[in-house]
Amino acid sequence: MDFVDYYKILGVNKSASAKEIKAAYRKMARKVHPDLNPNDKDAKRNFQQINEANEVLSDPEKRKKYDQYGKDWQHAEEFEKQKQYQGQPSGSRGSRYSSPESSGSEGDFSDFFESMFGGSGGGRGRQAKYRGEDFNAELQLNLIDAYETHQQTLTVNGKKIRITIPAGIENGQIIKIPGHGGPGFNGGPNGDLYIEFSIANHSIFKRLGNNLYATVDLDIYKAVLGGELTVDTLDGQVKLKVKPETQNGSKVKLKGKGFPVYKKEGQFGDLLLTYNIKVPTNLTDKQKELFTELSKS
Amino acid sequence: MQTEYLIAVEEFCACHDIEVSFISSLQRTGLIETTMIEGDWFIDREQLQQLEKYIRFYYELDINLEGIESIMHLLQRVNAMHDEITQLKNRLRLYESDNNKR
Repeated sequence: MDFVDYYKILGVNKSASAKEIKAAYRKMARKVHPDLNPNDKDAKRNFQQINEANEVLSDPEKRKKYDQYGKDWQHAEEFEKQKQYQGQPSGSRGSRYSSPESSGSEGDFSDFFESMFGGSGGGRGRQAKYRGEDFNAELQLNLIDAYETHQQTLTVNGKKIRITIPAGIENGQIIKIPGHGGPGFNGGPNGDLYIEFSIANHSIFKRLGNNLYATVDLDIYKAVLGGELTVDTLDGQVKLKVKPETQNGSKVKLKGKGFPVYKKEGQFGDLLLTYNIKVPTNLTDKQKELFTELSKS
Repeated sequence: MQTEYLIAVEEFCACHDIEVSFISSLQRTGLIETTMIEGDWFIDREQLQQLEKYIRFYYELDINLEGIESIMHLLQRVNAMHDEITQLKNRLRLYESDNNKR
């Protein structure tokens, strides 16, 4: 457990007045508050730090104890026990900001704070109900998994929850599961669970939005004369008519054979195939003769 | 028929220990929408999370209504840009996997 320098966190010196501490805290809170930094994963931790610093430094008793035992915090517990024997009160309450992710649960404080002050002992300016902490989780899926709506069971903070993942979910997309975050404080509602999807692609298809892209090999004879070709799609195999004199690199669009559109049942993107014409190798003498003849015609 | 969950403004304000006039101000600036039914004033449950955010901004961070409006506008832009970055990353991934194969 490391010593936490609360003065450094708030950017004030040891002789700072209560007014200066309050001003420094407000300034820092406006800067790092998780509501103002929605995509910053460190915002909650930073906000928790300044909250904790304010909790201690804005309360004269706690500040005194911190100043006295700060670096020697191991003796703080001893100090508290002595105080309890003497029947002294535990001190006044400071003010503390709330955040959607900082619900006032004991987990909001560092080990250092809890060893010195025994958990979230401080009060708030307003005694109101607060939402619980929002949880963030990452879920890895394969492209094939994301093709169909399916259910998956997750374990979040020891609890098993079953979620439905709609077909067409994108890599990096975040979905909210209301009420599956941390418990509310003072009778407030539970926080939410945010799941970010990371979609790995090991298939032959590349995905861009709702469209899929793939390259298919085509032999030179079929490319020249035309014919039928069976290709794989995520929806099974389809038979494709190849036009005569198809050029290498030319593209064909299979409408509706792409990826499902998120939360739009029955709607699909397209599959775009690029032909890769394979030139035959290891030709027999007869074949070479025929190609030579063809080249002269 | 869609069910609407409404919360009485008076009850909400008592619970959060805030003045009813704050809700009126938010409504006037267009930050929230309210409903009046038979003389009683309600807010939709859907707006609860947003409303609690405004309360934190106003009462705890000392940000006035004009500031909240600006913040919300900027946060919308940040979120839109975040979505755009995600889309661009996915697009980039497509080309990167192409180059890796070469």
